[in-house]
Amino acid sequence: MSFFLAALKRELLLVFRHRSDIINPLAFFLMVAVLFPLGVSPDPSFLSEVASGVIWVAALLACLLSVDGIFRSDYQDGSLEQMLISAEPLWMLVTAKVITHWLVSGFFLALISPLVAMMFFLPEPAYPALIISLLLGTPTLSLMGAIGSALTVGLRKGGVLISLLVLPLYIPVLIFGAGTVQAGAMGLPIQGYLALLAAILVFSLMLAPIAIVAALKISIRS
Amino acid sequence: MMKISMPRWFYQLASPRWFYNFTSKLLPWFGIATLVFLCVGLVWGLVFAPADYQQGNSFRIIYIHVPSSILAQSCYMLMAVAGAIGLIWKMKMAHIIAQACAPIGASIAVMSLATGAIWGKPTWGAWWVWDARLTAMLVLLFLYIGVIALHAAFENKAGADKASAILSLVGLVNIPIIKYSVEWWNTLHQSATFTVTEKPAMPPEMWIPLLIMVLGFYCFFAVILMGRARVELLEREKRSDWVKQLILVNWTQ
Repeated sequence: MSFFLAALKRELLLVFRHRSDIINPLAFFLMVAVLFPLGVSPDPSFLSEVASGVIWVAALLACLLSVDGIFRSDYQDGSLEQMLISAEPLWMLVTAKVITHWLVSGFFLALISPLVAMMFFLPEPAYPALIISLLLGTPTLSLMGAIGSALTVGLRKGGVLISLLVLPLYIPVLIFGAGTVQAGAMGLPIQGYLALLAAILVFSLMLAPIAIVAALKISIRS
Repeated sequence: MMKISMPRWFYQLASPRWFYNFTSKLLPWFGIATLVFLCVGLVWGLVFAPADYQQGNSFRIIYIHVPSSILAQSCYMLMAVAGAIGLIWKMKMAHIIAQACAPIGASIAVMSLATGAIWGKPTWGAWWVWDARLTAMLVLLFLYIGVIALHAAFENKAGADKASAILSLVGLVNIPIIKYSVEWWNTLHQSATFTVTEKPAMPPEMWIPLLIMVLGFYCFFAVILMGRARVELLEREKRSDWVKQLILVNWTQ
């Protein structure tokens, strides 16, 4: 446990020393959302209809953009190799990294999502649904993205490849996440959607670290 | 520690040389079976089977569409299982099979989508609808493309094999989740033509040729799979003595 806390502390410290790592995904999230009214229509009734999907797609892309670097710098300076041969369990370290990534991308994103929701004229009852669904859904995105990141960390051109690998896996979270917001906007109960999002999160929290560790070992050895 | 013993043929299949010789004997039989099944199934299905009372003759594309849809899914299963076997027992042959599965599966998924679009135009009035089963097949195609792209991105074969095996296993775990999520999201497609547990709703003169076509597609898949695996195997084992011997014998004949 103390190893886990130490790893978490190290990751958080690293992130807060590079503040642009926190701001960039959020700025990207805002910009993608702004493109839709510009590109499609600024009509409030149209925007409130597509708000749930647009916000979720923007969140998904912002998460995908930042997940590529989750192991990159540690791989390049060789510290990932040292962690791999150390006696401490690797899944703890991996989980610490994923939690940090989620705090930086998903958590802050959920906090600023009401701002975008307001710009998209999302009905007010949907706000809690939006925030809670993002809080429950984005950790899954970080976990799945970390699998893709671990698989491609040793490759020179990981960027486009990782989106090819990971985006299909994001589809269930997108469907249930956007569904939560839509149900919330119509005043329907959202507990069912939230339960599904939570179930997917628990499931991926169980299995994804195993896949990430296996993928990291392969990436380092080859 | 518990010892798990596997049957002898399982270990033998792991030897590239044994696999090569074994499939040399198997290939002609599967080739003949493919030819017979596909000819009988196609002629029966396209000419002799009765026309559908609602869809008329346009339903006949079912004889291509359903077998390719079934095969695209089972091919992914085989790819993931072969990848798992390769990861667990470190069998080179299993990785070769998994690698051979990916492009075949992707092209069959494209075939399923294309025939579905052609069928959809007269039946639903649109080439594409955002329906659960269509979307699930499209996602399956994306999963195949991901595996192929990842395999191609690695420079060494060992890393490529293991990484794409992990990815296909992750995909395999996700396929049911994706399937059910898109099903709750939207459903327009007619339900499955064949289920193991229930009697088909079609009359026998319609579904028997379909069954023959499914068998023919599986045999065709086996032929292509063995062919691809054999070529890949020769490429990987080109430094071994038995491959040199094989080529020399063929050269002098």
